[in-house]
Amino acid sequence: MTRPPIPLPPLRRPRSADLTATFAGLPLPRGNDLPPYRRRELALLVYAGVVATSALAALTLADVGQLSLEVLTIGMGFFCLWALAHLAVRRFAPAADPVLLPLVVTLNGLGLVMIYRLDLAKSEAAKRAGTHIPPSAAQVQLVWTLLAVIVFVLVLAVVRDLRSLARYAYTAGLVGIVGLLLPIVPGIGTSINGARLWLRIGPFSFQPSEVSKIIILVFFAGYLVNKRDVLSLASRSVLGMKLPRARDLGPLLVAWLASLGILVVQNDLGSSLLFFGMFMVVLYVATERASWIIFGLLLFMIGAVIGYHLFGHVQVRVNGWLHAFDGDNPSNQSYQLVQGLYGFAAGGITGTGLGQGHPQKVPFANTDFIMASLGEELGLTGVMAILTMYALIVLRGMRAALGAKDAFGKLIATGLSFTLALQVFVQVGGVMRLIPLTGLTLPFVSYGGSSIVANAAIIALLLRVSDSARRAPEPVLDAPLFDPGAVSESPTQVVKTT
Amino acid sequence: MDPTEPSELVLLIVKIGFLALLWGFVLVAVRAVRLDMFGPTKRQQRRGPPPMARPTPPSPPPQPVHKPRSPSKLVVTKGHLAGTTIPLGSSPVTIGRAQDSTLVLEDDFASGRHARLVPHDGQWFVEDLGSTNGTYLNRTKVTSPMPVPLGAPVRIGKTVLELHR
Repeated sequence: MTRPPIPLPPLRRPRSADLTATFAGLPLPRGNDLPPYRRRELALLVYAGVVATSALAALTLADVGQLSLEVLTIGMGFFCLWALAHLAVRRFAPAADPVLLPLVVTLNGLGLVMIYRLDLAKSEAAKRAGTHIPPSAAQVQLVWTLLAVIVFVLVLAVVRDLRSLARYAYTAGLVGIVGLLLPIVPGIGTSINGARLWLRIGPFSFQPSEVSKIIILVFFAGYLVNKRDVLSLASRSVLGMKLPRARDLGPLLVAWLASLGILVVQNDLGSSLLFFGMFMVVLYVATERASWIIFGLLLFMIGAVIGYHLFGHVQVRVNGWLHAFDGDNPSNQSYQLVQGLYGFAAGGITGTGLGQGHPQKVPFANTDFIMASLGEELGLTGVMAILTMYALIVLRGMRAALGAKDAFGKLIATGLSFTLALQVFVQVGGVMRLIPLTGLTLPFVSYGGSSIVANAAIIALLLRVSDSARRAPEPVLDAPLFDPGAVSESPTQVVKTT
Repeated sequence: MDPTEPSELVLLIVKIGFLALLWGFVLVAVRAVRLDMFGPTKRQQRRGPPPMARPTPPSPPPQPVHKPRSPSKLVVTKGHLAGTTIPLGSSPVTIGRAQDSTLVLEDDFASGRHARLVPHDGQWFVEDLGSTNGTYLNRTKVTSPMPVPLGAPVRIGKTVLELHR
């Protein structure tokens, strides 16, 4: 033992190892030693409730001119609603991330206040015009929020171990694709604004692609985790890129093409973009090959060009984006976009103040263009705060992925947080005329039931990943544990004498 | 103007106040993230060393090292890393493609955490960690921890290891 230790072969990717160590380096607490995660979460939740209640108070002050106790009651009710989710996290995922839920609650509160504010504007306009007052969107959205909290609690309660989901990978893939097909079925499917994407059950309509997104991601992650070794080992080099064998990649390609095809046929551009990006990122994370990103971007460009020439509505969107202010466009194809931009301009740095702008002048102000409404009344300052909150949500999701000990959890958490990031980028980028408009909702903020329910499920899954990453493992080695005592009593000991 | 309409000044204060409140929330959230990522370092130091992420087998008594028959080094005889030797101490040796292994294999047929060698009572035991392609001692597949005699080939993928004195 006197000789100096021989230097070990170099690490394959020192940088990524460093990164993982930096993020996962904190000690793993056991049982009762947990840091006060939930107390921190509760404190942040109270703050989130205060923010939402103040938003409502500011709106009431501007609209009615005086405050009433009702504002406080509504605020308390809103807080209690999300406190249910907090209690569920306490019960089912005590070590989960303390920041995710409060961020979601603040965004949801802002969204609800903005939807209510647009309701007020609509009913005032209806009163002035003498027509009947339209039904309140805020009330419907509040019911959906309650449903979202219930779904959140259910997901946390049912999915105790994320890896158990991996077993249902193929089932999930099938269910996801059937879900995408449901709106075509006559009787339950309805079309709204020219796209047949919704299911109608009583007064509520539901967009199944939002939920299918998560379910198909489960299939993707489960499949990739099971087949990862085969995918990276049995591969041929084609044009400098290592491509897996067709039969290993087959089910993946089928699911991918099927879901993309369905969405493209249904004219759901936003969701198809979302699915495409999600698949690419999950493939990249599973294989650790940057070539997938290049391949994906190439494929995206080809798809975009083909889509542009094949579909009239894509041309309308691109035309409205590139030539928003040209010719008769502002009054024609890009009316909505231009109104939204004027809204942002009217808002300026600090905004007009809640209840004092005219966000109702943008069509679909409470769904696709809610960011323009927020930009008008909260200004650049408010929009930056909202975007920072989204960035924090994505950051915490990625952090959960880095900390996750199993590959499936890593893939799911990365896929989900990337999907959220892409959705916000595509949505806000579209409204701000950075990219062409696609019909996506702003997570947690926009009016739309399926969106908030699906996104609540996403947050529940992220919390589950983060919880299992932070809790000290019940021995979760991917191997049987070595027990020297048991071995010394076993008959193999006779080898010692040879 | 409506008499109940609040003054411009009140509305301005409400507007700025709300934006400040909103950013206050963002900053508090950022602080919580920072606390979580980098931790209250001083308090952690007082708490003592972090608990081990996974239990390691208890280190064997020191005398095996001095026994004449016990091996002192692990030699790679075949494969990509042929010629490499690793001195054996009293701690287990992990072998696999994972970067935190003691012996990092660049072998497509090895798993991330493929196998490990664990000393116990003067003997080294080889244990397969649930690898995809298996670990072989002589010609037998390692299914439970098996003692490794001196000079016996342990095959992992294309790599062959031997214990030498």
